[in-house]
Amino acid sequence: MLYLTDSAKNWLLPVGVFLPAVGIVVLMVIPKAEEQLIKVAALLTALATLAIGIVTVASFDYDRAGTLQFFVSHSWIDAIRSRFIMGCDGMSLPLYILTMVITLLVIIYSWNHIPDPGNPKAFFILILVLQIGMAGTFVAQDLILFFVFFEVVLLPMYFMIGVWGGDNRRYASLKFFLFTLFGSAFMLLGFIALFFKSGAATAPGGNFSIQYLMAHSGTIAHTTALVIFGGMFLGFAIKVPMIPLHTWLPDAHTEAPTQGSVLLAAILLKLGTYGFIRIAIPILPEAAKSWAPWIAALAVAGIIYGALCCLAQSDMKRLIAFSSVAHMGFVMLGISTLTTFGFNAAIFGMVAHGLITGMLFFVAGSVKERYHTLQISRLSGLLKQAPRLGWILGYCAMASLGLPGLAGFWGEFPAILSAYNPVEGLSEPLFRTYMIIAAVGTVLAAAYLLWLYQRTAFGEPSPEFANPGHIHDVELPEWIAWTPLLVAILVFGLFPNLIFSVTNPAVKIALQAYR
Amino acid sequence: MLLAAQLAPWSSPTLDYHALAPEMVLAGTVVIILIADLFLPERQKWATSTIAGLGLLATLVPILTLAVNGQDRVMFGGGYVVDNFSLVLKTVFILAGYIVILLSTTYVEEGDYYQGEYYFLLLTSVLGMVMMSSSRDLVSIFVALELLSIPAYMLAAWRKRDVKSNEAGVKYLLLGVFASAVMLYGMSLFYGIAGTTLLTGISSSIAKAGNAPIISLAIVFIAVGFAFKVSAVPFHTWAPDTYEGAPTPVTAFLSVASKAAGFVALLTLLYVGFPSATDVYQPMFWVLSALTMTVGNVLALRQTNIVRMLAYSSISQGGFILMPLAVAGEPLARADALRAVITYIIVYAATNLGAFAVVLAVARKTRSGEISSYDGLFSYAPGLATVMTIFLASLAGVPPLGGWIAKFGVFNAVLSAGTTAGAVLAVIGAVNSVIAFGYYGRVMRAMWMSDAPDGDTSPIRVPQSLFLALGLTTAATLLIGIVPQVVLRYGDLGSFTGALGR
Repeated sequence: MLYLTDSAKNWLLPVGVFLPAVGIVVLMVIPKAEEQLIKVAALLTALATLAIGIVTVASFDYDRAGTLQFFVSHSWIDAIRSRFIMGCDGMSLPLYILTMVITLLVIIYSWNHIPDPGNPKAFFILILVLQIGMAGTFVAQDLILFFVFFEVVLLPMYFMIGVWGGDNRRYASLKFFLFTLFGSAFMLLGFIALFFKSGAATAPGGNFSIQYLMAHSGTIAHTTALVIFGGMFLGFAIKVPMIPLHTWLPDAHTEAPTQGSVLLAAILLKLGTYGFIRIAIPILPEAAKSWAPWIAALAVAGIIYGALCCLAQSDMKRLIAFSSVAHMGFVMLGISTLTTFGFNAAIFGMVAHGLITGMLFFVAGSVKERYHTLQISRLSGLLKQAPRLGWILGYCAMASLGLPGLAGFWGEFPAILSAYNPVEGLSEPLFRTYMIIAAVGTVLAAAYLLWLYQRTAFGEPSPEFANPGHIHDVELPEWIAWTPLLVAILVFGLFPNLIFSVTNPAVKIALQAYR
Repeated sequence: MLLAAQLAPWSSPTLDYHALAPEMVLAGTVVIILIADLFLPERQKWATSTIAGLGLLATLVPILTLAVNGQDRVMFGGGYVVDNFSLVLKTVFILAGYIVILLSTTYVEEGDYYQGEYYFLLLTSVLGMVMMSSSRDLVSIFVALELLSIPAYMLAAWRKRDVKSNEAGVKYLLLGVFASAVMLYGMSLFYGIAGTTLLTGISSSIAKAGNAPIISLAIVFIAVGFAFKVSAVPFHTWAPDTYEGAPTPVTAFLSVASKAAGFVALLTLLYVGFPSATDVYQPMFWVLSALTMTVGNVLALRQTNIVRMLAYSSISQGGFILMPLAVAGEPLARADALRAVITYIIVYAATNLGAFAVVLAVARKTRSGEISSYDGLFSYAPGLATVMTIFLASLAGVPPLGGWIAKFGVFNAVLSAGTTAGAVLAVIGAVNSVIAFGYYGRVMRAMWMSDAPDGDTSPIRVPQSLFLALGLTTAATLLIGIVPQVVLRYGDLGSFTGALGR
C-alpha cells in the first residue's frame, strides 16, 4: 500500500476527476490544424489521469474497503444543503478506474481512427468532458453532485453520436438524449422528494449526502417511498437500459462512432446500475424490496428479449448492442436479489461487460473500417483474411458468452445463482423461476455469439472482398489499445477475487438494512 | 380609515438621498444623453451608447455602497423600500440593461437608427425597472410599470420603415395598455376595500376581511394585468409577433428585463400585498404555470425562425418561473419559492441575453433569422457555435450550466410544499423540461450536424461590444452552473422587507 499524507489523500479524487479539464483547456488553445499536437495533448491528459487513478488504487486501504476513502467534503451549495462530497469505496473503485482505462484506450485507438468528418480537436475535448462526468459519477457521495456528473455525460455523447455517427445519426442522437433527459428529470424529482420527506431539509445537519439519507430515510411512509423509488427507477433504468425503456440503445450504439459505442457500452450503461446499488436501494431498502420482483421480471425479460433480438440481427454492431441489453439483464437480476452475493456478481458483471463489450465494439469498428460494412451476410472468412482480428473476435465472443476462465463467466454465473436465494422477504419460487429463465438466456447467448462468429470468421472470404489490398490485420495502435483489455479479461477470469474482495465489504454496508 | 387619510395634514416627506442615489444617477444619465444627443454631430452619435453604458455602470456604485451599508431604508410611509431584495434585483436590471446596450451598439449604429433617442428610451425603461424593485405601494408599482412599459412600446416599433416592427409596436402597445387598464381596475378595488394603496395596509385589511369575493376579484384583475406583462398563457399572444418584429436587441431586452420586472411586481404583490389570500392566487398560478410552460413548449417546437423560437421558449421559461408562485403561500415553501424565482430570473437573464447575442452575431453574416441559417455554424464559427450550445443547453437545464440550478430551484420549491398539487406541478414541469430539448436540440443539430449552406464557410467577424457581451454572459452561465451558491445566496426571505406582514 502506497503511503500518502492526509492532505494528498484529500486531493486525490478531485484531481483525478477534474484533471481532464486541464487537458480540455490546453486543447482549446491549440489551433485546429495541429492535429498531431492535439492527439499528443489528449493522450498525455488521459495518461496523467490514469496515473492519478493508479495512485488511488495503490494507496487504497483494502482492509477497509467498505468505508469511503479519500473522503472530501466541502461546502458547495449551502442554500440547498448540498455539499461537494467525494469518496471512494470498494463499489466505486473498480468502476472509477475502469473509466480512466477505457478513456485512455479509446484515445489511443483514435490515433489513426478519427471518424468522419474529422476534427480531432472537438472529438477529444468531448471525450475528456465525458471522462469528467463518468469518473465523477462514481465517486460523488452527494445526490446533487451525483446528478450533475450524471448529466454532464449527456451533451458530449449527444454530439459524439450526432456529429461523428453513421447515416441515421440525427435520429439516434436525439432519441438517446430525450430518453436519458426524461429519466433524469424524474430521478431529480425523486432526489428532491427524498430530501424533503426524510426531513433532511429541516433537520439540523441534514443534507443531500448519500450517507445522511441512508441513515434518515426510515421515517418515509412506505407508499411515498415507493413513488420516490419509482422516480429514481426511471432515471437509472433508462440508462441501464431495462426493457421496455431500452429502445434508444440499439440506435445509439449502431449509429455512434466506434469510440462512442465503446464508451457507451463500457461506462455509460453502468451509471444506471451503479445508481441502483449506490443510491436507490441503500437509501430506500424497503421500497426496493417491493420493487425487486418487478425489476427482476424486467431483467429476465431483458435477458431473453435481448438474446432473441440478437438472433434476428443482420448487423454486427446492432447485434452487440442487443447483447448489451441481455448482459445488463444479468446485472439487474443480480441486483434485484438484494443479496451481497447478487450485488457482488452485479459489480463484477458491470466491469466484465465493460471490458468485453467494449472490446467487441472495438473489433466491430475495425471490421467496419476494413470492409466498410457490418452486414453479417456480406462478411465471412475473417480468420483467413485477418487471422489475428478473427482470433480476437473469437476470444471476445467466448468471454461474452460466459466461458469459465474468462471475465464474463463471473458476472453471469453468480448472478444467476444469486436468484436461487433472494433476500428474506422476496418470494423464493418466483426468483427461482427467474433463475431458470435466465439460465436459458445463457444458452441463447452462446447461440447468437457462436453463430455470429461462425458466419463472420469461418469459411472463405466472400468474393466481394476476395483480394482487396486494404484488408489488413491488426495494427499497432489497435494492439496498444486492445492488449490491456484482452489481458484484463483473462486475469479477472482467472482471479475473480481481485474484484470480489474489493467490492464485498462495501456491498455489505450498502445492504446493511437487510441484516 | 379613509377619513383619517384625508384629514391628516400634508407634510413634506423626508428624502433619503443615499437610498435614492441609484435612481438619481440613472435619471441623470438619461438627461445627459438627451443633451449630448442635441449637440453631438451625426458622426459622433455613437458616444451616446458609451454614455449610457458608463451611466449604468456608475449606477452600480451607489447600489454597492447601499449593500455594504446593509441597512433597510423605508421611505414614503413604506411605499418605497430599499432592502437587500430590491438591491439584488436592481443590480440584475442594470446588468441586463448594460448587456442590452452592448448588444445594441453596432446594431443601432449600422442600422442608421436614431441613436440618442434609443438609449434615452432604453435607460428610462431600466429606470422604471429599478423603481419597480423598490415599490411597495400600488401607486408606485403602477408608475414604475408605466415608466418601464411606455419606452418599450416605442422601442418595439423602432424600425419605423419596417411593417413588422410597426405591427410589433402597435400590438405591444394595445395589449399593454389593455392590461394596464385591467390592472388599474383591480387596484382601484383594493383601494376601495383597504382605503390605502400601501401593500402592507392592503395585506392587513385582507387578513381582517377574510375571503370576500371582491378581494378575489381584485387579486385576479391585478394578476391578469401582470400575466400580460410576463406573457403567461393565455395572455401571451402579443409576445411572438412583438419579439419577431422588434429590433433584435430590443427583443432581448423585452424578453429578459421587461419580463423580469413583471415577475418582481408579482413577487412584491404576493409576498407583501396579499400573502394571506393563498386560496385565491395559488390555484390561479398553478393553472397559469402549467398552461404557460406546456403551450409555450409545444408552439416553440413548430418554429422555424430562431427569434420566434426564442420567443416561445421565453414564454415556456416564464411558465417555470411561475411554478413556485403556485406554492408561494405554503408556509413550508415560502422561502424556497422566493429564492427559486429570483435565482431563475438571474440565470435566465444571463442565458437568454447570451443567446440573443449569438443571434445578433450570426445574423451579421447570414442576414437571416431562420434556424436553417445556423446550418454548419460549427464548421466555420466554432466559438459562436460552442457558446450558443452552452446557452441553449443552459436554457434546457442541462448541468453543469446555469440553467440546471434554476430548474432545480423551482422543482425544489414546489416539492418543498409537500402538497399533491405541488408534486403534480413538478411532474408537469419535468415532462416539459424534456420537451423543451426538442427545439433547443434542433438548433444544436443545425449548428453541429449539418453542412453550411452553399459551402460558404467564411468566418464571422464579431464586433467588440458583442464579444464582450458574449464573454460576460458565457462566464456567468458557467459560473452559476458550477458554483450555484453565487446566486442562491440572494433571494433570502428575511431580506424582503414587508413580506408576510413583517
